[in-house]
Amino acid sequence: MRRLIALVSSLLVLSFPAQAAEVTTHTLDNGMEIVVIEDTRAPVVVHMVWYRVGSADEPEGVSGIAHFLEHLMFKATDTLESGELSRTVAANGGSDNAFTSYDYTAYFQRVASDRLELMMEMEASRMDGLRLVPEDIPTERDVVIEERNQRTENSPGALFGEQRRAAQFLHHPYGIPIIGWKHEAHNLSLEDANAFYEAHYAPNNAILVVAGDADPAEVIAMAEEHYGALPPNPEIGPRDRVDEPPQLAERRLVMEDPRVAQPYVIRTYLAPERDPGDQRRAAALTLLAEILGGTGATSVLGEKLQFETRTSIYTSAFYRGLSLDDTTFGLVIVPAEGVRLEEAEAALDAAVAEFLEEGVDPDQLDRIKMQLRASLIYESDNIQSLARRYGAALTSGLTVDDVEAWPDILQEVTAEEIVNAGRSVFDRTRSVTGWLRAPSSGPMVEATQ
Amino acid sequence: MIRILFATTLAFLAALPARAAVDIAEVASPGGIAAWLVEEPSIPFVALEIRFKGGSALDAPGKRGAINLMTGLLEEGAGDLDARDFAQARESLAASFSFDVSNDALSISARFLTENRDEAVDLLRSALVETRFGEDAIERVRAQVISGIRSDATDPNEIASDTFARLVYGDHPYATSDSGTEQSVSGLTREDLVAARDRVIARDRVYVGAAGDISPEELGALLDQLLADLPETGAPMPEEADVADEGFVEIVPFDVPQSVALFGHAGIARDDPDFFAAFVLNEVFGGSGRQSRLSDEVREKRGLTYGIGTYLVDYDYADMLLGQVASANEVVAEAIEVVNDEWARIAEEGITEEELTSIKTYLTGAYPLRFDGNGPIARIMVGMQMQGLPMDYINTRNDKVNAVTLEDTHRVAARLYDPEALKFVVVGQPQGLVPTD
Repeated sequence: MRRLIALVSSLLVLSFPAQAAEVTTHTLDNGMEIVVIEDTRAPVVVHMVWYRVGSADEPEGVSGIAHFLEHLMFKATDTLESGELSRTVAANGGSDNAFTSYDYTAYFQRVASDRLELMMEMEASRMDGLRLVPEDIPTERDVVIEERNQRTENSPGALFGEQRRAAQFLHHPYGIPIIGWKHEAHNLSLEDANAFYEAHYAPNNAILVVAGDADPAEVIAMAEEHYGALPPNPEIGPRDRVDEPPQLAERRLVMEDPRVAQPYVIRTYLAPERDPGDQRRAAALTLLAEILGGTGATSVLGEKLQFETRTSIYTSAFYRGLSLDDTTFGLVIVPAEGVRLEEAEAALDAAVAEFLEEGVDPDQLDRIKMQLRASLIYESDNIQSLARRYGAALTSGLTVDDVEAWPDILQEVTAEEIVNAGRSVFDRTRSVTGWLRAPSSGPMVEATQ
Repeated sequence: MIRILFATTLAFLAALPARAAVDIAEVASPGGIAAWLVEEPSIPFVALEIRFKGGSALDAPGKRGAINLMTGLLEEGAGDLDARDFAQARESLAASFSFDVSNDALSISARFLTENRDEAVDLLRSALVETRFGEDAIERVRAQVISGIRSDATDPNEIASDTFARLVYGDHPYATSDSGTEQSVSGLTREDLVAARDRVIARDRVYVGAAGDISPEELGALLDQLLADLPETGAPMPEEADVADEGFVEIVPFDVPQSVALFGHAGIARDDPDFFAAFVLNEVFGGSGRQSRLSDEVREKRGLTYGIGTYLVDYDYADMLLGQVASANEVVAEAIEVVNDEWARIAEEGITEEELTSIKTYLTGAYPLRFDGNGPIARIMVGMQMQGLPMDYINTRNDKVNAVTLEDTHRVAARLYDPEALKFVVVGQPQGLVPTD
């Protein structure tokens, strides 16, 4: 054995704390919330600003404006030229990006920890001082249209997903795609972007998450200086979205696309999300998804449909508890060759019905809980995913206390609660069933020239 | 004296944030297996990255897809455990093993808790040494692989990469998909899969990186426990691929609104003295940042794509310079024209002093940020070993970037970028694009 790096290690040796991540919170006078997750193992910091606004907060007729504005946020501000923020991050060896979801929009940079203040300075500038000009619009709009082409139009599975969501949410904006409907994306304007920015971007609608090699007290002092001076927008009130009317009839879709080589069935049900101080049912549904569709070889659907009857080559279950409003619980079955979609769907329903009769295998529940405990250890190795967890939770209506209570709630949930959660959610009148397949002539593949 | 001191201080100041703070130890097991270790006891788990050089390019003649299918079966039962027993055992330990294969390597990414490390390692060992290859598991995974092959046949990205490989790599294994074809996969027997495992998973081609809560002595014992029972040698390595010279434009008609284009030609070897100049050039030209020339011209100025990039790809048996872009059928010809123009421009003019300075700042600043977490550190260490880089490369790499001169970039740009050799494969319904006869 030999050890190298003796040459420089005296300068660079890291101190490893006994535990990796410490979480500190604070709120500035202007309403901006701060979460600091300290982990000094590497001299790296992730700086994120999350806004409590997403595509589900868009006005009618301008679908995609939340995401389009996210693109435009890299243009000029009072103090930055167009593109200067990303150029500066790169010049400092960092990387930056942004993302938009139904309930949030977030901007982040990943840099050496001694560059944190520069990031705050720039991020504060675009919270308050974005200065869009007409020339910004047409080119960036084309980029977004190409993004939609790449993510959605070129993929029958993605188009199918849009159709299913639109069927699931008749009235609530979760039925509208984050990237926007194609026909509306072509018409998004400078005025639309500015109006959305003015209405939603302000410190009292933002959460700062800093994770990595950063001292909490210093981060808070720095935030006070750069974000603390920005005025809050008093018109920003609680997020009030339209309610979905009660679903009284099962909804079914069949989509055919010649690009589909492997047909499948997806069923979704309306389901409750994680609510502040009330996460127990969501925890049961989280475990239910893991039990039904976690790993093929050990999950209920995998055992019954892939191993026992061999009706299917792949099964899955999914549930997204982090959501401001009602969410969905989903089941997937990809039939084995020669199995028709109606047979696959019937087998899926039979398997779920059997499970509700048989109840939870206690050994399986123990294994899942063991893995959840271990995931707390594994996840502390990835500071960026921890940062995202807090940001996503706080913009989805939860508090830091809810985030910290969640692992214990998952451990407490009983087998009975899991089955009951399944019984209450698996109601066909609150479901959407989608079949995706090629037209009966089969997939059309043209020969190569 | 004062002058020298001043220079040293400056270098120190500039270098400090650009140094990665990892302390690598080389560990040799009692049985003679080597590994690199970064000991990091603050979180009670270990990330272990194992690679077997040679990967799916070692498929035996007529058995394309055997190594890919075999890799899919490594977690489908071992020894007395069938697929379900194996998965249950792994879950009970909260260990994770992920098996993956490419043409150049079979990779295992494992992580396990300190509290049950020994059992987790035994389980992983059984997957490699006592793989079950049960008939039911073979049929189940075979059906999944065939479903994937069919889906790939209607996926524009997959069609593009398969077509590009077929036209560029001649009769090398790289020319065909390592999933195999529906026909070749249907014909594979259990014996083929056992043979496939023994072609790849052998001690003479294994590389190991470990990071986390484990001492060098413990890691040494672990290596023997895990790997000592593997065959000593595997199949002979493939020959170098013969990369096609001539440029072309190949169109694969496919009914999608957005065309997918892959492009590129031969690149430069990792151990070529000009590699760093080429690396710097590529970062300026089409690198990962938003600031590359191609991204600026194709996305920022013209709005023709959501993303365009180029990559120096050093496969073990072919060095390539590859790129990709996706643009609506109506405008993809314009995007390709810009790529062609920029290719010719950089070959002719190289890059500017300003571009060189700014890319150096970016690259040297970004490098240490990679080393954040046990998993990434273990992966980087394996990659370094497979590329034949010394352990102190982490401390000299930024100096190599900084040593690239403007003159180097001019010379290497003329050598690297060859508009005549540039090949395009376009899948879609591109308008106004003329294919090569």
